[in-house]
Amino acid sequence: MTTHVSTGVLSSEGAPGGPAAGGPRKQRRTGGIPQQGRATPWLFLAPYLALFGAFVVLPALFGVWISLHDWDYTMPAQPFVGLENYLSLFQPDSVNFESFWGSMRATGIFTLFSVPLLLVVPLAVALLMAQNFPGRNFFRAVYFAPYVLGVAVVAVLWRYLLDSNIGLVNYYLGALGLPDDTAWTTSTPAAWVALIGVTVWWTLGFNAVIYLAALQEIPAELYEAARMDGANAWYQFLHVTLPGLRPILSFITIITLIASANMFGQSYLMTQGGPGRETRTAIYQIAETGLRNFQMGDAAAMSYVLTVFLMAVSVVVFFVFREKKESGK
Amino acid sequence: MSQPIVSARRRLATFTAIGAAAAIALSGCASTGEAQSAEEFTGEYTGPAVELSYWNGFTGGDGPFMEKMVKEFNAEHDNITVKSNTMQWGDFYQRLPAAVTAGEGPDVGVMHLDQLATNAARGVILPLDDLASELGLTEDDFTAEVWDAGVYEDERFGIPLDVHSLAMYYNTEHFEAAGITEPPTDDASFQDALTKLQAAGYETPFWMPARWPSHLMNLSLQWQNGGEPYGADGTEAQFDAKAGVDALTWQTSIIADGFSPKDVAVDSQYVAFKNGETSITWDGIWQINDLTDSGLPYAAAPIPTIGADAAVWANSHNFFLPKQRSADNNKVNAAKVFIAWMSEQSGEWAGSGMIPARQSVRDSGVLDGTVQAPIADLIDSMRFLPAVPGIGSVQAETLEVAVAEAVLGESDPAAALAKATETASKLMADNEASFGK
Repeated sequence: MTTHVSTGVLSSEGAPGGPAAGGPRKQRRTGGIPQQGRATPWLFLAPYLALFGAFVVLPALFGVWISLHDWDYTMPAQPFVGLENYLSLFQPDSVNFESFWGSMRATGIFTLFSVPLLLVVPLAVALLMAQNFPGRNFFRAVYFAPYVLGVAVVAVLWRYLLDSNIGLVNYYLGALGLPDDTAWTTSTPAAWVALIGVTVWWTLGFNAVIYLAALQEIPAELYEAARMDGANAWYQFLHVTLPGLRPILSFITIITLIASANMFGQSYLMTQGGPGRETRTAIYQIAETGLRNFQMGDAAAMSYVLTVFLMAVSVVVFFVFREKKESGK
Repeated sequence: MSQPIVSARRRLATFTAIGAAAAIALSGCASTGEAQSAEEFTGEYTGPAVELSYWNGFTGGDGPFMEKMVKEFNAEHDNITVKSNTMQWGDFYQRLPAAVTAGEGPDVGVMHLDQLATNAARGVILPLDDLASELGLTEDDFTAEVWDAGVYEDERFGIPLDVHSLAMYYNTEHFEAAGITEPPTDDASFQDALTKLQAAGYETPFWMPARWPSHLMNLSLQWQNGGEPYGADGTEAQFDAKAGVDALTWQTSIIADGFSPKDVAVDSQYVAFKNGETSITWDGIWQINDLTDSGLPYAAAPIPTIGADAAVWANSHNFFLPKQRSADNNKVNAAKVFIAWMSEQSGEWAGSGMIPARQSVRDSGVLDGTVQAPIADLIDSMRFLPAVPGIGSVQAETLEVAVAEAVLGESDPAAALAKATETASKLMADNEASFGK
């Protein structure tokens, strides 16, 4: 059977688009679902698997190894320290305790506020952009445009715009008669407002595009049927749009969550982690520890603690969305 | 945020007038006169054509000066081609150890004085005692602090090119309008100047930044108050001594007294100074070309002595040779020729705002009429961080954060410094354990 099919495949390759191609197709149809060699799926996966293995799996496993050592790659020896790097993260008197958990807290605050906004605002934008109105393509491009910029451009741009003493934002706020002395980059909670606001402005286009694609997948007949039943716009949104978006919603939630938990560039460039260390996120702290101070063992341990947190949160998100599905039915 | 620049000027006269050893080495007949082992530096490179990769962090107004000098060097040396690789200093100190460890390091480079010990302890750079003696470089030609700070565990790792310190820049138009004729030199005259500037309508004449270069101001003031931020043996920090607390309290008093707005974010004090929004700012002399190009009417003076003695934070650019996985003696010798040539030409580097490290070069008049000349006169009051491995990152994690917290009013100066000192001492003890072997 295998030989038979593979011959067919070969012959169809040999005469692409030619009349001979009809033959094998007919044969395959009569033969039921064609079978391939066991290796075929792996061969298709191979290019990606090779990259994924070399640049994700292996480094991740190597990270575990590093986290068990006092690892400074510039030093001649990397002594094995067992779980010491992990334990020191949980000992309040260790050097890393305060800075690490402070940075985890910063990541938590950022994620807590940015994820809901990045779920809701892009949805509103996508709903708007799904309407038919003149200039729609232009506005779609406008909303997506900031996402094309790199984090360095976005952060440096906003650092100057938001500067409390020389920035345009405070200048215009003052011109409008609003308080013009908010220290957007050097005091909390204003710095959080700035960081989250800039991140939403920067990345909402990406989520909006995904929403937009999902919105277009919802069959128009469903809306028509809802209208027949007398549903107004709000009920259509609630009972047609939202359920239609549900499959995509868990995907968007997870990627937004992970992107937010990985926030680094904005606080590195806009606030330098300040005031003090308050907006220094976990990734920022890991980069400082591992790449600037060369304490790679500690940094690897921190990464794994962060990973465990992210995995736990992801499990919760999956659970929440699955629950809804079941109760919906 | 950019770091200092050094410019070098070509001066063949001094070139020949150096030490006796260098004169012999440069005479050009060394190859016939003495049989040299490949390792020994002769001051001249006669081997096959080589290309040297040269890493530095001159990304500011200093970059074009360095490029010009490299071009001149290449034009003068047929068999040596130097290729510069310029990156931000922040990236430089992350990449260099990685590249050297991977056997992909440069052939020669420039780094800051306070990074030499760290990189020496990591085995990233090589001792240069032979080069220093072959060049006839001795302590006499440098200030003791610059010279000594290049030594780690009895070996020399850097050949100083320049020194660069903090300076006080002031807007000459504002000073004129306020009727100030002389730049202030001590606390009383400084406060007096600020009051006069305010009276003349410059409401916030001296912005106190939260980040860079606020910790450098703090270090300068600590030294002025007779303090030592780090213990002599490099195992503990002492920011929380009275000298440090007084220094930081003085910084916060500038804000409390209304001379500075609150919450001055990174770089904004400098932008405000360039825009004429503030009258005085303390920053590195590496900003000179940038300020001159901006067309601002300004002048530079040494920072005033707020404490008991004149002292100012300074740093220095040093040439180094990275460790190579497989040493190519031709390249090493060519790199030494390059360093020697650059050291000779350091007068030209003065044009980029830096102060040449060598007394003989400074005495030759290259600084006459430059903006930094008044600061160069006080070279003996310049203070450098001690040669302790890892001190740079310790400071970034502790003192810089504490200064920012106090300046932003998040924390009381004494409390912020106490916490920073405790953490810094812990980190330094850790460093000693890992670098001590």
